[in-house]
Amino acid sequence: MSIALPNSLRAGPDGRGRFGEFGGRFVAETLMPLILELQAAWENAKADSSFQTELDYYLEHYVGRPSAMWFAERLTRELGGAKIYFKRDELNHTGAHKINNCMGQILLARRMGKTRIIAETGAGQHGVATATVCALFGLPCTIYMGAVDVERQKPNVFRMKLLGAQVVPVSSGAATLKDAMNDAMRDWVANVRDTFYIIGTAAGPHPYPAMVRDFQCVIGNEARVQLHAAEGRLPDVAIAAIGGGSNAIGLFHPFLDDPSVRLIGVEAAGHGLDSGAHAASLSRGRPGVLHGNRTYLLQDEDGQIQEAHSISAGLDYPGIGPEHSWLHDIGRVEYVAVTDDEALAAFTLCTRTEGIIPALEPAHALAHVAKIAGGMGKDEVVLMNLCGRGDKDIFTVAKHLGVEL
Amino acid sequence: MTRIAPLFTRLRAERRAAFIPFVEAFDPNRETSLALLHGMAERGADIIEIGVPFTDPMADGPTIQAAGRRALLAGASLAGVLALVQEFRSRNNSTPLVLMGYLNPILAYGVARFCVDAAEAGVDGLIVVDLPTEEAELLLPDAAANGLDVIRLVAPTTSDERLPLVLAGSSGFVYYVSITGITGTRTASAADLARDVPRLRRFTDLPIAVGFGVRTPEQAGIVAAHADAAIVASALIDTLCKADVTAVLELAAELSAGVRGVKKI
Repeated sequence: MSIALPNSLRAGPDGRGRFGEFGGRFVAETLMPLILELQAAWENAKADSSFQTELDYYLEHYVGRPSAMWFAERLTRELGGAKIYFKRDELNHTGAHKINNCMGQILLARRMGKTRIIAETGAGQHGVATATVCALFGLPCTIYMGAVDVERQKPNVFRMKLLGAQVVPVSSGAATLKDAMNDAMRDWVANVRDTFYIIGTAAGPHPYPAMVRDFQCVIGNEARVQLHAAEGRLPDVAIAAIGGGSNAIGLFHPFLDDPSVRLIGVEAAGHGLDSGAHAASLSRGRPGVLHGNRTYLLQDEDGQIQEAHSISAGLDYPGIGPEHSWLHDIGRVEYVAVTDDEALAAFTLCTRTEGIIPALEPAHALAHVAKIAGGMGKDEVVLMNLCGRGDKDIFTVAKHLGVEL
Repeated sequence: MTRIAPLFTRLRAERRAAFIPFVEAFDPNRETSLALLHGMAERGADIIEIGVPFTDPMADGPTIQAAGRRALLAGASLAGVLALVQEFRSRNNSTPLVLMGYLNPILAYGVARFCVDAAEAGVDGLIVVDLPTEEAELLLPDAAANGLDVIRLVAPTTSDERLPLVLAGSSGFVYYVSITGITGTRTASAADLARDVPRLRRFTDLPIAVGFGVRTPEQAGIVAAHADAAIVASALIDTLCKADVTAVLELAAELSAGVRGVKKI
């Protein structure tokens, strides 16, 4: 859990859920009382040590935390510069960082007496993690997923169904993550009394961005301790992929007050930043309001939201968590972008040098590591969050490599 | 003062409620919307609510979502909607018009410039679905400076403790979202309204309009018996999809008759 100090970059958000000018609570009045109820319940849980004890129990014995810290020695040699460490959140139960947050939120849902869970999912990792914790606690679960994503992430759809979840394909808009989130919000409005909405990324109306961040900070908190044990120091660079930005904020947040640590978030450049087909909200977007928060968005001149594109369904979102927008504007975190092709090359590189098949999301982070590591000193340290495993992506990758499975 | 308060004063004297039909601007094109606006005003619409299309209408059901998609394909924009209002006003300077939409197109347009242009075009009130009280200061000063009513949504989930906060700074009328849900789905019962509308009246002297799920002349009549206005949207759009402008205007006339048939005490 994050610790907020006075004059710290870790103190946000303010009482209105703002990180600078970003964040807030832009929802219809029907949802507003629920958001306030959730905020009160979350603050109460945070102050209750028994809640943290319960969460720690499930993280250790069910999720498998702490996740390993791996010195990627062959990759380091291959790139010929900084020492590269992977924070291996792909080793979590269900294969990604998403379950850190789902476990926290479902314990909160139980504490609030909610009896039904809903969630949105893009790549399906958050949907699988949500369906998993719902199976664990015996709660009914409905997952909204864009119809396009249902098609390109079939294995995860099947997993969710095996776990007992109802998967609802969403065909409005571009039928991807943004539209799934719209329909999840509509479900919530219609089922306000009994339903808890487990948002999968550090976005949405306050308190979600802060709450999801706090649940994901376990990544950075562990990494800090593990890297200290391995190297006796802080990393020079910490780097993570960004769609909505939950794995990145979880890695970055514990290092925000360490000015020596360069923080780099990697957005999806899709076919290229100037191709019109990318998901780089910070690199090419403008501030606006969507899904309950003010943040950088891909939008046209009339304020209509544009469709994102990425080879990675998990990064295919036209917005970004509001805390990232703030960290971008104050310059604490650098945000760069990596194309589909660069991510695919990094996917192959990681698989062949380290024997780890990464998800396409962290493959974006790795592609940027590959760009900078060679230019760094051999005594410098790069810490990368390997936030998901690539089993779900093998069909997509095979298609792009021209292989018929 | 906008056209809204004098209208409700007049209707109180006539001892009847208002009928407020909804038109999604540019669905499926600009000409249709203009014909619907004039036609509805001629067939008993007391106020017209104009939907401003947005790519991500999170509070709307399938009917208005689809209408918005068609409108965006037809080239709808916030500037286009204001131009439509201006053209309507060249022939009708009396029917109050309320724009209903989402915040992001207004932010992209610029809040201050939007309020100036909306007032100039002849808009009377604004309903911004995803702008709750907690964030409303973003819009209220510019709206007030340009004499636009900011109409607030109140929901069944809005508690008595919260109502004074939500109603602070609102004008025109109060929009009661009579169900927990999205537009065009469920319908509140007469018993729901008999319980809910008096609850709101304890907190405001503003007229109370009821929307979400009002589809038939009978339902509009039930709403008119309890509240000060009945808002109908999805049923009109469904009719436009299945038939044509004439059929929509016939339904509007029936809905208006349903409202006018109820004499208020």
